[in-house]
Amino acid sequence: MAKGNIITENLNRDGVDRRGFLKCMAWAGTGAFCVLQGGVLKSFALGDSALRRVPKVKGELAFVQISDSHIGFNKAANPDVVATLRAAIAKINALPTPPAFVLHTGDLSQLSKPEQFDTLEQTLNEIRTDKIFYVPGEHDVLDDNGAAYRARFAKDTLGDGWYSFDTDGAHFIGLVNVMNLKAGGLGNLGPDQLAWLEKDVHHLKSSTPIVLFAHMPLWLIYPEWGWGTSDSEQALGLLKRFGSITVLNGHIHQTMRKVEGNVTFHTAMSTAFPQGAPGMAAAPGPMKVPAEKLRSVLGVTDVNFIRGSHTLGITDSTLDSAL
Amino acid sequence: MKNNRIIKWQGIANGAMLTLTVLGMLLFSGRHATAGDSGKPSNKYQVNIQDFSFQPVTLSVPVGATVTWTNKDEEPHTVFSSDDVFKSKALDSDESFAFTFSKAGTYKYFCSVHPRMVATIVVGGAKKPEPMKMNMRAGSD
Repeated sequence: MAKGNIITENLNRDGVDRRGFLKCMAWAGTGAFCVLQGGVLKSFALGDSALRRVPKVKGELAFVQISDSHIGFNKAANPDVVATLRAAIAKINALPTPPAFVLHTGDLSQLSKPEQFDTLEQTLNEIRTDKIFYVPGEHDVLDDNGAAYRARFAKDTLGDGWYSFDTDGAHFIGLVNVMNLKAGGLGNLGPDQLAWLEKDVHHLKSSTPIVLFAHMPLWLIYPEWGWGTSDSEQALGLLKRFGSITVLNGHIHQTMRKVEGNVTFHTAMSTAFPQGAPGMAAAPGPMKVPAEKLRSVLGVTDVNFIRGSHTLGITDSTLDSAL
Repeated sequence: MKNNRIIKWQGIANGAMLTLTVLGMLLFSGRHATAGDSGKPSNKYQVNIQDFSFQPVTLSVPVGATVTWTNKDEEPHTVFSSDDVFKSKALDSDESFAFTFSKAGTYKYFCSVHPRMVATIVVGGAKKPEPMKMNMRAGSD
């Protein structure tokens, strides 16, 4: 992995230096629990006994992010994407505390086909949680500008499918950055969505923790592969008065993190197939790994939000790791 | 799946479709289509969509040429003209899209799913490349 891309400098006055963050990065993908608490970064491997001593704080919100299920994909990189999605669901259902909700950050399907959406929806019904929130990936809006996706997964949303909700004192914002992409460009939010975003957060106190989620990364990871969003800086600019912003994305099928000021960026693993690290190959795309290794490169992300302390603990665990 | 399934056809009369589809089959069965029923040289050209790129990235063809794009990736791609002249549906692996260029000009296009993928068809340029060399990288004009 091109570690030099992960964090270039410590812009945050939180005591987290590059070394500390890379230590956290080293766990990512093998199952990690990262807590930013009182300005100090702590990381634990899953299964580490120290993890059990992390105190439970009143008001804690736990939710799970999954991503890139690509139902309908059947090539060598993973001939059975439903089986690996089920393995991810088994991990979620084995959590000691059921997640309040699940965020799916897009690419539900491979080709936006009704039967692929059917299978995804029916399979996700097996998750023990109250609600699943979605944002579309570029695979979910093929040929119909996302009409079928919205009819099924984003009924009460605005524009191309964006929305927000409040829970446990935090404000969650689901953005769509896979529509109306311009030749030569990256992911795109567009002026309408940005105008809505500005209004959406206008009434909020600056102390409100913000969680932004979208399919394509809202930070420039690797433009050569289109891994970024052209107007993400404008979106983040509209949020700069907020003290805590967490950005959750998918699309790149691997975990990456960066902290910049008050913003923590995180990308989740896929439940379907891995992609190579940026620049490893001529192009992005499904990466074939030996069958016995597949579940070590797929996974789910748990997020624990501790009310009042601006602390978000993000845990990535692979499908083959023990919780 | 048939390699040369034509997903969408634009810009040409339906009556010609069968003939050209048959020519497409010949092309994909390894034989270069060199002549139609009339014995004239073929006007068929091929662009492969592979490794998240259009190959060749610039293709020069004569007026009247039919270009067929075939997706060789495991990822869906589209063929979108930047000026809305032609537009494919999402092409799954091994699916194809064809368009016949009846007017000279420079046609820029891209993949609407992966917009970093950009390419150009030059129609009626000064130099007419041989169909036999159509998979080689053409020089930009």
